Amino acid sequence: MSRTWVTPGGVHPPENKHQSVTQPIGQLPIPEKLIIPLSQHIGAPATPCVEIGQQVLKGQVIAEATGMVSIPMHAPSSGTISAIEHRPIAHASGMLAPCIEITTDGADTWIEHQGISDYEHISPRKLIEMVGNAGISGMGGAGFPSAVKLNPGRQRPIDTLIVNATECEPYITADDSAIRERAGEIVEGIKILSAILDHPHHIMIGIEDNKPEAIEALAPHVEGTGISVVVFPTKYPSGGEKQLIYILTGKELPAGKLPADEGMVCINIGTTYAIKRAIIDGEPLISRVTTVTGDAVGIQRNYDTLIGTPVSHLLSHNQFDEQAGGRVVMGGPMMGFTLPSADVPIVKTTNCILAPSYSEIPDDEPAQPCIRCGMCAEACPVSLLPQQLFWYAQAQEHDRLEAHNLFDCIECGACSYVCPSNIPLVQYYRAAKGEIRQAREEKVKSDHARERFEFHKERIEQAEREKEAKRVARREATQQAKADHLAATANGATNAPATAAPSGAVPSSSAADIIAAAQARAAAKQASPEDQRAKLERTIASAEQRLKVAEEKLAEAINSDTGKQDKLSAAVENTRQKLEQSKSKLAELTE
Amino acid sequence: MAFKQVSSPHAHAAQNTSQVMKLVLLATIPGLAALTWQFGWGSFINVVLASVTAVVCEAAIVKMRGRSISFYLGDYSAVVTAVLLGLALPPLAPWWVVVVGTVFSIVVAKQLYGGLGYNPFNPAMVGYVVLLISFPIQMTTWVAPLALLPAGTAHPGLIESLQIVFAGYSPADGVTGATPLDVFKHSSGLLVDQVYDREPLFNQAMFAGAGWEWVNLGFLLGGMVLLTQRIFTWHGPVGMLGALALMSIIFWDSGSSSSPGSPLMHLFSGASMMGAFFILTDPVSSAVSNRGRLIFGALIGVLVYVIRAWGNYPDAVAFAVLLANFAAPFIDNYTLPRTYGHTDRRRATEKEEG
Repeated sequence: MSRTWVTPGGVHPPENKHQSVTQPIGQLPIPEKLIIPLSQHIGAPATPCVEIGQQVLKGQVIAEATGMVSIPMHAPSSGTISAIEHRPIAHASGMLAPCIEITTDGADTWIEHQGISDYEHISPRKLIEMVGNAGISGMGGAGFPSAVKLNPGRQRPIDTLIVNATECEPYITADDSAIRERAGEIVEGIKILSAILDHPHHIMIGIEDNKPEAIEALAPHVEGTGISVVVFPTKYPSGGEKQLIYILTGKELPAGKLPADEGMVCINIGTTYAIKRAIIDGEPLISRVTTVTGDAVGIQRNYDTLIGTPVSHLLSHNQFDEQAGGRVVMGGPMMGFTLPSADVPIVKTTNCILAPSYSEIPDDEPAQPCIRCGMCAEACPVSLLPQQLFWYAQAQEHDRLEAHNLFDCIECGACSYVCPSNIPLVQYYRAAKGEIRQAREEKVKSDHARERFEFHKERIEQAEREKEAKRVARREATQQAKADHLAATANGATNAPATAAPSGAVPSSSAADIIAAAQARAAAKQASPEDQRAKLERTIASAEQRLKVAEEKLAEAINSDTGKQDKLSAAVENTRQKLEQSKSKLAELTE
Repeated sequence: MAFKQVSSPHAHAAQNTSQVMKLVLLATIPGLAALTWQFGWGSFINVVLASVTAVVCEAAIVKMRGRSISFYLGDYSAVVTAVLLGLALPPLAPWWVVVVGTVFSIVVAKQLYGGLGYNPFNPAMVGYVVLLISFPIQMTTWVAPLALLPAGTAHPGLIESLQIVFAGYSPADGVTGATPLDVFKHSSGLLVDQVYDREPLFNQAMFAGAGWEWVNLGFLLGGMVLLTQRIFTWHGPVGMLGALALMSIIFWDSGSSSSPGSPLMHLFSGASMMGAFFILTDPVSSAVSNRGRLIFGALIGVLVYVIRAWGNYPDAVAFAVLLANFAAPFIDNYTLPRTYGHTDRRRATEKEEG
């Protein structure tokens, strides 16, 4: 038995897992409509590649990946594309998002597909491509595209593969039941992962000790494979990536680092099953195990659910009593979010639909004052001081929040769970994080604007300084020339010894100097007014031409939005100023 | 179908703040029982009188603030403050002493700062210190413990006690007396052993001081219950008792005439146990992190000893706690826990770089 480490904090909410594992994984009738959101993962949404009215087969690509961090979507069953539009999706904000709706034909006809059995002889690059093409994203939490995760790059060799079978949230048994029934395929999937990652030294399946049947089911399959099943005591939230890494390895993931930076890959056990199906059977990810539970549904069990199945379909087939409870949760009771309506579809990350009765999860009581009792700090799995964060969040003291490591909060909800004053702490932290992010963005913007302004000012001043310097230099040169001339004249007249001293240093000659210089200037001015005017007129003409060109360029840049507007508008302004200067000089001269 | 929108987590532990407060009240029973057994009905009357006063004051202020009276009285925090103050006051103190102290605790020390959760100082101790400074005679007149009553007499009964408290009757001769800490303070020039031989407060005692050792054992028992119920962590009490024990060992001076007393006497006399488990564990006015609470407790332990040994007051818990309340935000600044994935502890006032 491998050694395990104990994370700080954590809570033990009632597990409530037994209700949904009394029956094996079930199959529901194919719903009439399937709604496939184009973004079920972290990264860019997929781009539809079908048209309304088009017939599609089960497993056919209906939307393609957009860029590197993205995945394609496949038709979960055969039928006709009936809509491509914005629909309500399962998101905490209750927002609408682009979806493809398929009206199923009930035939459930597969597209031609083929897997490969000798994956050992296929290059990891090809295998990763297959995983990406199968539309697989992490099925445990955030939905990170698996192909990206499995490709950490040569500079980050992977030493440890951690398979997350913790399933620490109460009520959820999707992974538990999948392991019980599909242990063989899951281990096959882990072997494929091992091949992709060039056979890491340590391969561990982390699982809580409240799933003895699943542990037993895994045992015969992992024997002799080098994969170890590591069992540790049940505690919420052990299934968080950072927590599981610590429990299994005793290492903390440094703040801001990814597991791959530390030579680790952490992947949900449901995802390993999907990878096996993708590689060996050639099937894309079009269904997943979802737990339907809570006392407001008559039947509590797991279903192999098609992606895109409306929640209402699951509820109505399980004797949902709308009067029994007030909320329907996607996910578990600790981190799940309430659904705005039952029209939203099941997505690749939906491990549970929880419909609790009022007696199971009553409406929240009004919050009492925080007395800093510290129970939240005792429960926090990352050793924060939630009570302090709460006070600073209320006061919007962003510096203090960051000093208290607000951004290390994993929003597990353990603090709110234990809070005797019923304060919705996590909600405060989410709001505060949002505020800080927004403030940061605004700061970047304003910094940028300030820098631009300062640069502009500096440039104008610089030009001014250069002009002034030129003016001074010119004046000095003229004076010098005049002085030399005068000195030469004086030398010739009086035969006095030549002096190297500057004109100003010799009082006897200074008055003569000044007069002579003034006379020379006046003569120069009178000598060529016509020349000067002609020269200025030429300057104005050419400046007008330049201004016109610059303005055209600017208009072009604004239209095409190339990001050069700032530079060009500065140029236009510059030319215009020069033009104005020349014009005013000309006007002076004409007077 | 439209469903209710609620933010996670949806599950909540059963415990709420009212229950926490009720548990604290229940945990004071062993201490109150020991006080009543050893010193008569005085403490019981104090506790009841203070509780009634506190509830009335709290209700009046909450009403003035336009808040829901039932909601705010329902948290029992006013009663907890009152009970702790009542337990700390001398038995058979005149009624107005109790009322003045409670009014000050609830109205000034708690509600004027914003009510539950906002008070920087422990309200019960603020009330106690105000009384101690204002009415030193009444506050230092203690009832003699059971073992020291003159032969054939007993503590006044409930009716008689009420008459003493409310009508100003004088208690019978021999009913009042000094406390062990008083005795020690005023018997300089004697070796510790000589004090123990001469003073009935000690020669009638098991190990610390007649009567007082039982009271402290009662509060220790109640405190252990709260500790096992995880109402607070061990850090504060252990910090205080550890520091107090350490100080009394260091300055024990092998029982010379200048010794301020034995570790056992300090741990089990005066308000040591009550302070350690019921006063400094008030989370609102203490430091917040575990390490912070350990330091906070230790600071109180040191201050208690310093004031007892070299200060003007025989007991010192109230002053020590209030001084430490001042220091709590400062302690907090330097005692943030190390967060997962970070190599260093941070400072509360630290600014982000850049």
